[in-house]
This record gives sequence, C-alpha cells and structure tokens, in this order.
Amino acid sequence: MIVFEKPHALTDVPFHYCPGCTHGIVHRLVAETIDELGIEGKTIGIAPVGCSVMAYNYFNCDMIEASHGRAPAVATGVKRAMPDNVVFTYQGDGDLASIGLCETVSTACRGENITIIFINNAIYGMTGGQMAPTSLIGQVTQTSPYGRDPNLGQGYPIQICELLATLEAPYYLERVTVNNVKNVRNAKRAIKKAFQNQVDGKGFSLVEVLSSCPTNWGMTPDKALKWIDEAMIPQYPLGVYRDKDKEAE
Amino acid sequence: MADHEIVIAGFGGQGLLFTGKVLAHAGLIEGRELSWLPSYGPEMRGGTANCNVILSDTPVGSPIVQHPNVLIVMNTPSLDKYEPMVVPGGKIFVDSTLITRTVERDDVEAFYIPATQMATDMGYHGLANMILLGAVLAKTGCVDDGTVDEALHHVIPARKANLFDANKACIEAGKAYVC
Amino acid sequence: MTEKVLMKGNEAIAEAAILAGCRHYFGYPITPQTEVAAYMAKKMPKIGGTFLQAESEIAAINMVYGVASTGKPAMTSSSSPGISLKCEGISYLAGADLPALIVNVQRGGPGLGGIQPSQSDYFLATRGPGHGDFHVLVFAPASVQEMADLTGKALHLAWKYRMPAMLLADGTMGQMMEPVALPEPHEAFGTDNPWATTGTLMAREHNIVNSLELAPEVLEQKNLARFERYAQAEAEECLWEEYLMDDAEICIVSYGITARISRNAIVQARKEGIRVGMIRPITLWPFPNEPLKAAADKVDSFLVVELNMGQMKEDVELAIRCRKPVDFCGRVGGMIPTPDEVLDHIHALAEGRR
Repeated sequence: MIVFEKPHALTDVPFHYCPGCTHGIVHRLVAETIDELGIEGKTIGIAPVGCSVMAYNYFNCDMIEASHGRAPAVATGVKRAMPDNVVFTYQGDGDLASIGLCETVSTACRGENITIIFINNAIYGMTGGQMAPTSLIGQVTQTSPYGRDPNLGQGYPIQICELLATLEAPYYLERVTVNNVKNVRNAKRAIKKAFQNQVDGKGFSLVEVLSSCPTNWGMTPDKALKWIDEAMIPQYPLGVYRDKDKEAE
Repeated sequence: MADHEIVIAGFGGQGLLFTGKVLAHAGLIEGRELSWLPSYGPEMRGGTANCNVILSDTPVGSPIVQHPNVLIVMNTPSLDKYEPMVVPGGKIFVDSTLITRTVERDDVEAFYIPATQMATDMGYHGLANMILLGAVLAKTGCVDDGTVDEALHHVIPARKANLFDANKACIEAGKAYVC
Repeated sequence: MTEKVLMKGNEAIAEAAILAGCRHYFGYPITPQTEVAAYMAKKMPKIGGTFLQAESEIAAINMVYGVASTGKPAMTSSSSPGISLKCEGISYLAGADLPALIVNVQRGGPGLGGIQPSQSDYFLATRGPGHGDFHVLVFAPASVQEMADLTGKALHLAWKYRMPAMLLADGTMGQMMEPVALPEPHEAFGTDNPWATTGTLMAREHNIVNSLELAPEVLEQKNLARFERYAQAEAEECLWEEYLMDDAEICIVSYGITARISRNAIVQARKEGIRVGMIRPITLWPFPNEPLKAAADKVDSFLVVELNMGQMKEDVELAIRCRKPVDFCGRVGGMIPTPDEVLDHIHALAEGRR
C-alpha cells in the first residue's frame, strides 16, 4: 500500500530550502494540484527572484525564470501567446509586494486569467534577512536593526489581499497559511481553487500564503510556526478577500 | 520637372500637415520621389508648427528643407523665420488676413492671399489652408490638378467625405485669386 | 513589386512587423514613437493578435520575454528614456537566449532630454543594452522603406540567432512619410522551437527558460557558446551601402537621417569637383569593419556625421586602426546639421585645413 509519494509535478531535484521553511510545503501543494487537475502537460510556471528563484528546477512542468518582480508581466506575455495553457507565478514578498508591486497591481487590474501563489514570510530570505514591505512593526531585521519603525520612515506592513480587493477585476483573493495540518489542508483547497478558476477561464486568482523563515527570523522551526499564529495573523488576517463565485450565489 | 522643396508653416490647428499630405499624396499618385516631414511635439496642439514636403524626380536626400523654393506661411513668426531661408527666385505665399507685414526681400516672388477671410466669407471656416494650396498649385504647378483631386479623396477621412466639395471649392477660389 | 503607399516611418514599422508574422506587441506611450502603438492598437484586435498597453516599459519588455519564451515573435517599441527602462529586460532576454524585436525611435538626452531626433543611443545599442556581456543585432534604417524592410529582417534574424534585435531609428525617421512598397506577408515563424516553454504535453522533459547559473564554470561556457553565435552573425549579417566610393578621397560614414543629409552635401561637393563618397552602415552591430578597413587604403580622410558627440567615430577609428584622420560633424539635443554644415566640413577636409 502506498501511503506517501511525491507528486508527479515535482522533479527529483532535492529542495535547497532551509530546515523548517514552508516553501517545500507550498511547492508540494501546487504540485498536488497540478497532478489532480491533470494539467502538468499544459502548465507553464514562472519563478521569481528570491528564495524560490530555483523553483524552475523543482516543478516538472515547463518553467521560466523572470527578473525580479516581473513575473506577472512575463505571465501576461505567456498567457497572451498561449491562452489555452495554464500559467502560474510563484513569488515572494520582496518580489511581488516591493519591486514588482506595479506589475502585481496592473496584472490584477487587467484581470489576467493567471494564478499567483504569493509567499509572505515578512522578510527577504535569500539575501540574508532584510526588511521586507511585509515586515511587521517592530520586527528586527538586518536593515531594521532597531525594529521596523514607521516613525523612522520605514513604513507599515503592506497588505496585498486587502490592497488588491479594492480593484474590480480580480476574481479570487484568499490569504491562508501552512503552520499546522488543518491550515495546510485549507491552503491546498485555496490553491486548487485558484488553479481551477484559471482552467475555467474565470480570471485573476491570487493565494497569499503566510510562511515561516526560521533562519532569518532567528527561531527554531517550531517557534517560527507559532510566530505565524501569534504575530503574523493579527497583522494579516486569514480569509477570503474576493470570491466572485460567492458573490454570484 | 524641377524639384519643389516646400515649407508650410503657421500655428498648429491650421491644417498645415494636412496641406502637406495632399501634396505628398498627389506626388505619390504621380510616381514621384517625395518626403513629408512634420514638426512634432507640443506645437501640434497650437504652437508654431511646420511641415516640409519635397517633390523630386531623383531620390530625396535630406527630408529637412533647408532652402525652400515654395513657402506657405500662416502666421507672422513663420514668415520671420523662413523668409531669409527661401532660395532666390522662390515663391512665398502669405495669408494676408493673419500676416499684416509684407515680404521684405526683393529677390523672391510674394503672393498675398487673404485666405482666412476668404474661407470665412465662403462659409468654410478653417479651410484657409486649401485656399493657399490653390494659389500654390496655380503658381508653381508642383503637382497636377487631377492628381490633387485624387489625393484629396485619399487624405480626407471616410467619416468626413462630405468635406471633399468644400476643400475643392477652396482650392479653386485660391487659384482664381492669383490668376 | 507591390504598389507603393504613403506611410509614416513608425506606421511602416508596425505594418511590416505584422506582415513579418509578429502578432504580439507590448508598449508604453512615449514621443516620438507613439504611432507604432496606435497602429498596433487598431490592427492587432482585427487579426487575432495582441496589443497591450503595459503599465511601464519595464512590464512591456517582460511581456515580450514571456511571449518569446513560448517561441513566438513579439516586439515592443519605445524611445530613448523608455529604452533605458527596458535594458534590464533586454539583458535577461540575451541571458536566456531569447529572440525579440525592440524598436528605439531615438530622441535627445540624457535624462528626460527632449523629443526631437537624436542618435545618442548608439553606444547603448551597440555595446549591449543592459548589464553583462552580450550584443543585440542593431539596424539603422535611413528611409521609410528601410523602416519596413529592416523590421522584418530584424525579427527573422533575432529568431535565427536567438538574440534580441534593435531597430535603431530616430524621431525624423519615425515621423516622416515616404512612399513605401510593403513586403509580402511572411508565413508564421517561431513554430518549431524545441527550447520553448509551451507545455510538455507529458511528452518530453520540462523546458526551462532561464538566465541564472550559479556555477561559474557552466556560466562561462554559456557565454562562450553565445559568443560563437555572435561571431557567426558578425560574419554573415553585416549590411552597409556604399555611395560614390569608387574614386572617393574623402569617405563620409553616417547612418539613418544623417546619412540622408550627408547625401545632399555629397551631391553638392561633387558638383564642385570634390571627390567624396559615403559608407552607410545599415547594421551598427555587426559593424561594417571590413569595408571601412578597405576604404582606409584608398581615401585620405574620413568624416563621421551623427546626431551625438561622436559615438560611432570611435568604431570607425577602431575599424581603420586609426590609419587615416577621422573628422566629426555632429549636432545634439535634437538639433540636426544642415547639408551646408556637412559641406563646410567637406570643404575643410578637401582644402587640408583639418
């Protein structure tokens, strides 16, 4: 009896992610979704710049590596050229919410029929733990060594789902997390819906996944998962921010 | 036929580029070598604008007219700017409704046509450019009458096709005025 | 030959790209190239193509990157300040070995500069527009006819060599109208690209379009392989035109609008008995080194005419190994030299005053 196997949509290349990082879980959920929807052969994924830069090595579907922040623009080009294919981007918070915010908002505003998986771990991981646009007030990072302080001109955390929910075009926006079994199952449901929406031609779907970064948060993996509950969710409430399926009911 | 190096200058909105397009299309129909070059930018919205048209029997080098032998001017700053550049023996066509001074040089031919007033009197406000074009056609023969008619059909947008007669009437009036 | 039509240079680019098989255009408004976008906005929806006004030049070039990843022809157009923004994307295209067409209808700079014609992006275009070691094919049209012809050529050579190509025009070329015989429609290309990310159909290993390589020894090999393709392009794709060079003692080197102006000056100088000719580079990369080298054996001096401070002059001096004096006549900031100004330089050279 098979009790556990790797989804086909994942390659055999071992992940390079740090112990306790939740990128691996989210990769798996995306791959399971691709398997279950039977779309691997027509899916084109776009990797960002950031910790998941080498996601192109992990997914078995065709993959494109974009420049920093431009994945939604690249996805737009791919989708316009290949409208019958499934196109997704996988982006972190620096990529999507800082350098690529213009592309994020504009792509959502056009209602491009693509799927975005947005990893929010409140920090720049790959470069070693700098302040992100999503870093929490008071969060100590390499570039906010005294804690993020809006009074020092460091601004407030940017809430992507809430921001995009002000736009007319997005079809589906939901924030989830993967810090326990129940939340993982819920995240899977959301990710699958975001892909299914695209297959059904419904339009722009984005799932924000609150993720952990034990290495740069300076915590054990266990503590990091708890910190999502204690610190991140109060700033970034989980839930559905837009679902035109529900509005139609 | 001699080369015609034409500058049409005035304010944006006076139909300078359109006038040039009529000439260029007529040249195309006649199978001549030609270029049409507009000034572009903010002046298109009302500042001083100009259009350079070259009609030639040999390939056109620079599309920028350095020494026009035909100058059409519809405001004083344009006459001030281009009068010194006209080749000796060149022809200057002045809208004398809008330009009150006369041409100072005595080695060029000047024609004064109250084009803006004439157009208004004819009920064709805004077609002074076509009256001036008529005068140019009569005095230079730079393109044939028949090809100008055909060119007008090309240049006037389909949704304004009813304006053909008005344009044509103004060209005729301009011709009559200088003959 | 097809019947000639009267078109602006910018419109000729757009129509020629469509005739050459391009069905995906992404752009952002900027003077003096906006007619390209306007033309595409009208035409593309009627032929099942894409016109998309992007949120920025940066987004536009990355949308091109996306289409190019699928192997299909795509293009963007802009003018100098917008091209600066596209340079990141052009570097990524080069690094991922993707073909694309970038149109640059140049205006005066640096910075916001002006909107009048310029050739001041010569260095930017010919030295690889962006970070890293790479080239793009660079075409310099000198007529509306060439705007059309070189657009098609640039698209096809970009696909042949899997590298970006730039059509380097200027505001005059973009805005002027001339009679043009449009090229015959070309059959769709970009359909057989084994490297393209079009979906595996579960029938092959996944393709990856990528410029990242963290192993230096591998990245070096990728660069070397790319430069082998560049060497082939240099050997096979260089274009130039010679005008009255047989007996020339002075050789003008000029491209685009300034070549047109120089032609007037040459006609006048010839009437005065001065033996002057011109080598007009049509591709600026690859640069016509060989004909210039050959000319250096015959002429007394060179005169470079450009709308910049002497950018191509360096390439001419390199091509001829500085064996003959190279004089320069240029205007900048959107100013354009008159034929008389060029003629003055010719007189000075002919009289040995320089």
